[in-house]
Amino acid sequence: MEYIIIVFGAIFVNNIVLNQFLGICPFLGVSSKVSTGLGMTGAVTFVMTIATIVTYLIQQYVLVPLEITYLQTITYILIIAALVQMVEIILKKVSPSLYQALGVFLPLITTNCAILGVAILVIQNEFNLIESVVFAISNALGFGLALVIFSGLREHMDLIDLPKGMKGVPASLVIAGLLSMAFMGFAGLV
Amino acid sequence: MNNMQNFSKGFFKENAVFVQLLGMCPTLGVTSTAINGLGMGLATTFVLLMSNIVISLVKGFIPDKVRIPAFIVIIASFVTVVDLVMAGYLPALHEQLGLFIPLIVVNCIVLGRAEAFASKNGVIASALDGLGMGLGFAMALFMLGSVREILGNLSILGIKLVDADGILLFILPPGAFLALGFLIAFINHVKKTA
Repeated sequence: MEYIIIVFGAIFVNNIVLNQFLGICPFLGVSSKVSTGLGMTGAVTFVMTIATIVTYLIQQYVLVPLEITYLQTITYILIIAALVQMVEIILKKVSPSLYQALGVFLPLITTNCAILGVAILVIQNEFNLIESVVFAISNALGFGLALVIFSGLREHMDLIDLPKGMKGVPASLVIAGLLSMAFMGFAGLV
Repeated sequence: MNNMQNFSKGFFKENAVFVQLLGMCPTLGVTSTAINGLGMGLATTFVLLMSNIVISLVKGFIPDKVRIPAFIVIIASFVTVVDLVMAGYLPALHEQLGLFIPLIVVNCIVLGRAEAFASKNGVIASALDGLGMGLGFAMALFMLGSVREILGNLSILGIKLVDADGILLFILPPGAFLALGFLIAFINHVKKTA
């Protein structure tokens, strides 16, 4: 039951993009096609899950015992940056086809604040390891859901005649606002 | 480019939020009130200023291949400083901004200025660039926070303007997207007709 609450909470109620405002840059920047949205989601799920596990273990077995938790921000960002590089290298060797699909998105992920955000949120919420993994995967899926719906809407938007000032980013932001309003309907579900 | 231009370009011509569309996460996430927006903007300004100064001083010593990780460590150090100082002296604001303080590390504006400006220019130019960009960012956040607070709560900086309920939506997450969208549309319109 606890896990179901975490999953629904992360995907719908507190959607990482539309409610927590994390990962807005790839949300606005990448998502003009549904297929790119799916690729980005795959890469984010992969890195977010591994990054959360590694930062969780480092927090519990290195930072806390040594009483240097104030180094959290520096440690986490270095781990994430190194991890993204490693994932890229390993993926290239082990699974060239997966690398083909996710490759272009990987470098962008280091500066995706959703990854660092989830790693810190896990510690703030005092989850255990399994809860953390569930939380990370559901947040990545929530990111993917928002991204795919949004890119679908934007594909249609190209056909609409808009006032000059509204074209591009302003219109995207308004659409994101309406989407966020729709997701508010899930409030109180958990 | 002279020093005055280095400083002033961050406000209008290359404003991080309204023109370059960088740093969207904190822009949308913390601007439910004007004071939160201003606090976040000034925290980012401090990090930008200090990291630009340090990076322009050490740029000669860092090998080109590891410059990005080196920049990130420098930026993360100053973010930790801001985090601890704010937790100590402004606990209420620190509580409100929460997660977005450590997330200054991944704010594209900071790393962007380090890579595009501070790693190529002198100390004074870099400091002015950082200060201008940071204050431009703070101004944008303050503007968005003011709009949302006035519409959502009919108050500004915590002072009630009219004794009635505002449009609650503008305080809630969707209001952030809508307010920023219309604000950028308005600025685009003014720029095109002016």
